[in-house]
Amino acid sequence: MKNPLDSLWGTVISGLVLTVVLYYLARAMMGGSP
Amino acid sequence: MSWEFIHYGLGRWIHILFGVMWIGLLYYFNFVQVDAMKKAAADTPPSGAGISKHVAPLALFYFRWAAVGTWVMGAFLLGDKFAQAFLFREQAYVPIGIGAWLGTIMLFNVWVLIWPNQKKILGFVPASDAEKAKARRVAFLASRTNTMLSIPMIFFMSSSALFHRGLFA
Repeated sequence: MKNPLDSLWGTVISGLVLTVVLYYLARAMMGGSP
Repeated sequence: MSWEFIHYGLGRWIHILFGVMWIGLLYYFNFVQVDAMKKAAADTPPSGAGISKHVAPLALFYFRWAAVGTWVMGAFLLGDKFAQAFLFREQAYVPIGIGAWLGTIMLFNVWVLIWPNQKKILGFVPASDAEKAKARRVAFLASRTNTMLSIPMIFFMSSSALFHRGLFA
């Protein structure tokens, strides 16, 4: 499997996906509904 | 001039100034220089020597010290809430704590992975061709990792003050 970080778009999309994941993690840690 | 103004007014301003320089140069490396150097290497004869000799060292100097300045000013801004944020001890500090952890990982990547390997690539320290090839790959992936991490980092840095308005509810 190709490393997404080898492409600029792969890097940006990985960052956006990570943002969504961490956003829901933060919400859960703050006691909000997941 | 009140302490609050120095702490949250001047402190935040300087933190953002350093941050713009750090992430601005990170994006220059990833969005401009990597691709430009690839094209320059394919020229006959290769035409990227000027970038390696005059641009990259200066950009790396401001890049790595701006990273330190950003982190130090971020820690100054957190003040006595530093431990609450990093250890997620208070719910209100979870968003800024996540941003602070991302920034800390990025600072580690700059000083432990990117800069030592760039010194080999640019010839500041002796390295064989094989060592330079490995250094190029490690520095590239660390730089790309930081570009990826900068996206959620900036989200949490810029939105953490909004948590009480329902964004994280």
